Amino acid sequence: MKRTVFPNRWLPYALVAPQVAITLGFFFWPAFDSLRLSLYRASPFGDRLMWVGLWNFERLAGDEAYLRSALTSFVFSFVVTLVGLALALLLASLANAKIRGLTVYRSLLLWPYGIAPAVAGIIWLFIFHPSYGILPYLLAFVTAYQFNWFLKGWVALALVIVAAIWKQFGYNLAFYLAGLQAIETAVLEAASVDGAGPIRRFFAITFPLLSPVTFFLFTLNMTFAFFDTFGLIHSVTQGGPGDATSILVYRAWKDGFEGLQLGLSAAQSVILMALVIGLTALQFRYAEKRVTY
Amino acid sequence: MHAFMKRWAGVALAGAALVAGLPAESAAKTEIQFWHAMTAVLGERVGEIAAKFNASQGEYEVRAVYKGSYPDTLNAAIAAYRAKQPPHVVQVFEVGTQTMLSSGAVYPVHQLMKDHGIAIDWADLFGPVKSYYSTGGNLSSMAFNSSTPILFYNKDLFKKAGLPDRAPATWDEVEAAARKLVAAGVKCGYGTAWPSWVLMENMHAYHDQPFADRSNGFDGLATALRINGAFGVKMMELLARGAREGWFMYGGRLNKGEALMGGGECGVFTTSSAYIGNLTRASEGKFTWGTGPLPRLGGFPQGNSIIGGATLWVLKGARPAEYKGVAQFFKHLASTENQAWWAGVTGYLPISNAAVKAMEASGHFPKHPQQRTALVQMAAGRTTPNSQGIRLGNFNSVRDAIEEQMENIFAGKKTPKQGLDDAVAKANDILKEFAALYK
Repeated sequence: MKRTVFPNRWLPYALVAPQVAITLGFFFWPAFDSLRLSLYRASPFGDRLMWVGLWNFERLAGDEAYLRSALTSFVFSFVVTLVGLALALLLASLANAKIRGLTVYRSLLLWPYGIAPAVAGIIWLFIFHPSYGILPYLLAFVTAYQFNWFLKGWVALALVIVAAIWKQFGYNLAFYLAGLQAIETAVLEAASVDGAGPIRRFFAITFPLLSPVTFFLFTLNMTFAFFDTFGLIHSVTQGGPGDATSILVYRAWKDGFEGLQLGLSAAQSVILMALVIGLTALQFRYAEKRVTY
Repeated sequence: MHAFMKRWAGVALAGAALVAGLPAESAAKTEIQFWHAMTAVLGERVGEIAAKFNASQGEYEVRAVYKGSYPDTLNAAIAAYRAKQPPHVVQVFEVGTQTMLSSGAVYPVHQLMKDHGIAIDWADLFGPVKSYYSTGGNLSSMAFNSSTPILFYNKDLFKKAGLPDRAPATWDEVEAAARKLVAAGVKCGYGTAWPSWVLMENMHAYHDQPFADRSNGFDGLATALRINGAFGVKMMELLARGAREGWFMYGGRLNKGEALMGGGECGVFTTSSAYIGNLTRASEGKFTWGTGPLPRLGGFPQGNSIIGGATLWVLKGARPAEYKGVAQFFKHLASTENQAWWAGVTGYLPISNAAVKAMEASGHFPKHPQQRTALVQMAAGRTTPNSQGIRLGNFNSVRDAIEEQMENIFAGKKTPKQGLDDAVAKANDILKEFAALYK
């Protein structure tokens, strides 16, 4: 590793100071505040603050709906991440081939990433909404199937999963494309000379060489699915029907900002924080060993 | 470097002068912050009513500021209050009433008016509105936009299904009509918006059934819902059957279902009377429609429907001169002329009897007969402890718990009894948490 030496002793500190200040002000302070608040029962206007110890956590642990929400979150995040990455890798491999109009394909595939999750949600609503969406309208001509995900939980969940994958697709693709281009063609050519077919070449050479990219994208996609899909859920399903698409971050927001149960909401964000820290630590501990740089 | 500094100093000074110069003309005026949640046409009307007040006198300037949805607006006010920068007036939806009453952050309206020597004929207030928002007979917040659910029907679809041009009056009639409509190829026989407000809260009050303990929270903080009784179960059984048999189409929470009615897909529909304005616009040149009172369920007594909407709350922490302005502004809002105008242009209920009379006299109701339906429905009802209103802590979460289970019931995932029991259990936890906070 290269070591940079600054001529001035204070310059490096001055340079990192803004970043540290932002992290302290916008991350650590709120994080510690929710840690504190999670141990209280708090009134909306802040006039009452009762110490309740771990009661908020007990409430969550005993709440079947919360455990279901945790399960939904994990299913949602894993499916979004795994299917999203597999699709991106597949299309990146295709987009990496030498075909005509390649740059056009590439740009088009990258587009969805430029859309904010909430806006993406609205677009999906216009396509899939049971009463004004174009798809149910067209479906009605060919089948009697009622595409009403207002009542079918798994359809609603599938819908937001697909929307989240689509939304994150461009990002994953960009990284995979860059990763693919960094692979020495000489290695692949040598393999074909030795008689390895395209599938063999992919699994024996390309995929292992892409592992740092995959590792990086896995972590990022998990955090995306856990947190950044809030806007999408909020605009498409509002967590429903029932609580079929109520992922943890959505519940934490809803209990806190619509339900005004601040202590309970803080406890949920503490759990979320712990989950993501744990997940990331696990990934770095176990997954990184298998990664070849 | 020096020249650069000088130039920027000049710009800064000019900017400061500009900023200082701007409020100069309004410096003499006391500013009153009014945060609201009214969108589109309604938002414009709020702006108009504030502008009218500002033009009517030279002392105060009401700034009407849109702060997002009802929950967003309440959250913004809470955050501002905690930061000791509260708005003077904030519009809070009816489910936030208990939260506001318990908050200790409120300057009650009847007190404000009394302190400023402004006489308002509270006795003339429309009964259901007064009962919903009063504590001990005194109004805690300024009644502003109130509505109640009514029934809408699509006349064109009724004709297509061979039904008479008349609003179904009972749930049996709704079911019969919806079946005929669906048989005639209509996509949605019966639909609704605001599932909990219309089908649970209002239906209980409308049939004089208790919704929660302690007179729906009017005699002390409620800690238990009562919706899993015979009435609630019967209501949900009817709708679960409707969803299963295809004559009831569920359209989502909040006002989302209204897209079905506005799109001309529903034969019979229940939602807020304040939907009249939007439906008038949505149906223009496409279909005709009528209204009627909410349908009744046979075998249960007569109560009354309850109101929804919002009121204006005055927050503590402002200066006396500003409160004087708020009192003047409320006097302006409460005037018969402005009441009649507001109800006429929005479709909300006129909140004083004098305003109703003025609207009759000006020929508004004959021209807009649909706007009379809600008034007729409420005037025909009986105000009882079950129908004066519902006041729950964390009502928004309670409503959410109910709607979650309603969806499970409509989807056939739970039986009506099971779903309602689960909703009650969850809601009671929420209510107990709130009660524990204010014991």
